[in-house]
Amino acid sequence: MRYTPHTPEDITAMLEKVGAGSLGDLFSTIPESCCCRLGLDLPEAMTEWELNEHMDGLAGKTAVSPEYKVFMGAGSYEHLMPASASYLLSRSEFVTSYTPYQPEMSQGTLQAIYEYQTLASRLMGVDVATASHYDGATALAESLLMAVRVTRRKKVAVSALTHPLQRQVVRTYFDPTDYEVIELPYLENGQTDLEGIRGREDLAAVALQSPNFFGCIENVAAAGRTIHDTGALFIVSFTEAVAYGLLKPPGSQDADIVCGEGQSLGLSRSFGGPGLGMLGSRKKYMRNLPGRLIGKTTDMEGKNGFVLTLATREQHIRREKATSNICTNNSLCALTAAVYMASLGGTGFRELAQLNHDKAEYLKNGLSGAGLILPFETPTFNEFVVRLPEGSEKTYQRMMERKIIAGLPLAPYYKELTDHYLLCATEVRTKEDMDELVREVTS
Amino acid sequence: MTETLGSLGLVLNEPLLWEKGRKGRCGFSLPRRDVPVHELDTDLTGSTPDIPDLSEVDVVRHYTRLSTWNFGVDTGMYPLGSCTMKYNPKTNERQAGLPGFAKAHPLLPPALAQGTLALMYDLERYLAEITGMDAVSLQPAAGAHGELAGMLVIFAYHKNKGSRRSKIIIPDTAHGTNPASAALCGYKPVPVSSNEQGILSAAAIAAVMDEETAGIMVTNPNTLGLFEENIREIARIVHDKGGLVYCDGANMNAVMGIVDMHEIGIDVLHLNLHKTFSTPHGGGGPGSGPVCVTRALAPYLPVPRVVKTDGQYVLSEDFPESIGKLHTFHGHFGVMVKAYSYILALGAAGLKEVSQLAVLNANYVKASLRDTFHLAYDRPCMHECVFTDKHQVPHNVTTLDMAKRLMDYGFHPPTIYFPLVVSGAIMVEPTETESKENIDQFIEAMKKIAAEATETPDRLHEAPQRCKVRRLDETTAARKPCLAG
Repeated sequence: MRYTPHTPEDITAMLEKVGAGSLGDLFSTIPESCCCRLGLDLPEAMTEWELNEHMDGLAGKTAVSPEYKVFMGAGSYEHLMPASASYLLSRSEFVTSYTPYQPEMSQGTLQAIYEYQTLASRLMGVDVATASHYDGATALAESLLMAVRVTRRKKVAVSALTHPLQRQVVRTYFDPTDYEVIELPYLENGQTDLEGIRGREDLAAVALQSPNFFGCIENVAAAGRTIHDTGALFIVSFTEAVAYGLLKPPGSQDADIVCGEGQSLGLSRSFGGPGLGMLGSRKKYMRNLPGRLIGKTTDMEGKNGFVLTLATREQHIRREKATSNICTNNSLCALTAAVYMASLGGTGFRELAQLNHDKAEYLKNGLSGAGLILPFETPTFNEFVVRLPEGSEKTYQRMMERKIIAGLPLAPYYKELTDHYLLCATEVRTKEDMDELVREVTS
Repeated sequence: MTETLGSLGLVLNEPLLWEKGRKGRCGFSLPRRDVPVHELDTDLTGSTPDIPDLSEVDVVRHYTRLSTWNFGVDTGMYPLGSCTMKYNPKTNERQAGLPGFAKAHPLLPPALAQGTLALMYDLERYLAEITGMDAVSLQPAAGAHGELAGMLVIFAYHKNKGSRRSKIIIPDTAHGTNPASAALCGYKPVPVSSNEQGILSAAAIAAVMDEETAGIMVTNPNTLGLFEENIREIARIVHDKGGLVYCDGANMNAVMGIVDMHEIGIDVLHLNLHKTFSTPHGGGGPGSGPVCVTRALAPYLPVPRVVKTDGQYVLSEDFPESIGKLHTFHGHFGVMVKAYSYILALGAAGLKEVSQLAVLNANYVKASLRDTFHLAYDRPCMHECVFTDKHQVPHNVTTLDMAKRLMDYGFHPPTIYFPLVVSGAIMVEPTETESKENIDQFIEAMKKIAAEATETPDRLHEAPQRCKVRRLDETTAARKPCLAG
């Protein structure tokens, strides 16, 4: 077998050293009543070449670019990735190492993730950022639990314009606890309605997503004032990190905790994962943060170096009293985001974000010019909601046959929004792609 | 002196990213602008992100130099106990990178995502077959996330029966994630000690199991590398009081094709695809932690689930008793592709051989070093063995010193000071992908270090000397945290 190097002679010599007569004898401590497998019913082992053919076949059964034009974002975005970045991320020293428990042998990962923490905290406008979480949803759930710990209050409020699937994850995390999740409705303009929280004194946190699920940019600064009046922590989440190349970072607008999905920062969509859970906060909440943190220090000769730090918050030290159960996080995804941001630089990031905004604006204008309704007037980033004429399912289906995925139908997530679709245009969509979409949708 | 793996090499210094940046550089080919600029309200826009501007060459050199300060499985032997640092086959990377997988949007209509759904459906079946369990969810993103999924399933099961149990039994040898995951469901961990043989006795469980207790979390094989021989009896005791048996399957690499987890009484089990199924650890993730359950618990698994009807794969939310969602989308699909490739490359016989050789390698290490280091439990082990520093402590040499010295010899140290029940633990898991020669070199290095401990202990206190940095000041790092530059 190609992944195990043992020759029959090796096995014989090793068994002799161990004092076992056969490989089967090695399992003598397993009671007979527990050794019941007679052989697994699995496909026959494939050669590397058979495997390639099989996998090519499976991968061929999915609608992806360039054959399909996918105008769908909704938490998973198509962006360009330079070859240099993908190349660096295949360095096996990064890929095949473990969590950096032995810092002297892991300085590459440690410095890279320290740099990621720095760039991530600058992008989010916070003092500190963690080394990564699984995805935007788990980062949001952990942020809300963190606010409960900090404030010792038991209710949290989450905007209905937070990604619906992320809200489902929050419910799963909160379900077995004594804490309650309240959902805040939305206004006609596509922003969150905060009226309901005024005067409340029982909220640990209020969480808004901006740009929100409809692509609309929330009035973060004003929301922060309303929320802080209640004594709750203000959490801002996001699903499209590229937006912060253009928009004011939430931390600079008084958010206490900022979290979100960083898939946009150079990660492929991969059918939804792995992504990158980003999470950061004000420095004063640092010791309440969930997850891994890397800090700068010096070695015994005074040379700079990096280590995993503040481990007393973590499960391997604190066990049931830990701030989270997370152990393995998404380190390589954080590294990807760092390489991606470093490749863009601040100047490039700004230009790319502006281009994303402009592409979606072009599409918006095209659609409204063709007589379609854009129901929410609030400015958006690179996605927005459009209302198609009644019976839109047929139009959607027809376009799918022409290999255009005309966004995400919103009715399954918001019952009142039949015939409404969430469309996305990033830098990869050309003017021609968008003109074609407008033509097809109105034909 | 014979040559060791560890040697001197040219290690280049490299500053922090932002110390290299020069405004106006860019390492990214921005796509052509074919639409007009649309200015956004200046109330909404911020200043340019504070990210250094670098050229493509700057970026490539930066990360290439950083990478050389790291040690991975591809660099050398990485016998980190409980982490299963086996070789990560390169063909798996090719498969996960195929455009039909890597570019797939997670919310594509199922008719346009038949390839990805078929892969998930089959991987679930294969994992069910390998573990003996009936149903699988691939949604949990890592081992601890799989544990949480399992705990939520147990919580939902009891809730559905109208009871809310408050406690869960957790052995003292458990990973720290076990009590932390249980605590998220409000369960109070009830610790039990392992017996003088390093395993749980049925009597110890019988003494604490009651009708207030939701179940037990066992790790089997346990973190001492020993098979929990009384597992069937323990499961019977727990089941008799209405509880469920959760198994942390982190150590499944020892028993593939050998033990049927369902048959031995397990109700819920999580796997680590990044351990047993060869997907790379990535310096701390992404992992994947599928949760496997019995038929009775299948209704509680996370949604959506992949279902096959009339030859078509669809995603179904129609499981009213489900615990809900644990990940925005379907979990770490990119990791699943690699595990799926691994299973297909090995087949049934190959997987069983993996377990046999993993156990052979660990027992060979144990047999070869048993006269040099104190063994915590002198019994036949599974995929890992646990030594201690008992013989070295009188010379003022600790496990930490020996671990650091091992770096100078060119090996990643074993897991140290875990499990917590063993003082000065040194937990070695060679995995099946190390050859006899590699293991012999490791054994020789360990023996030399033991000799140094008595003859030149300062060499150990001063170790490592051949890495990029010497021992780091972790106390100051925690006392005066500097988490961003």
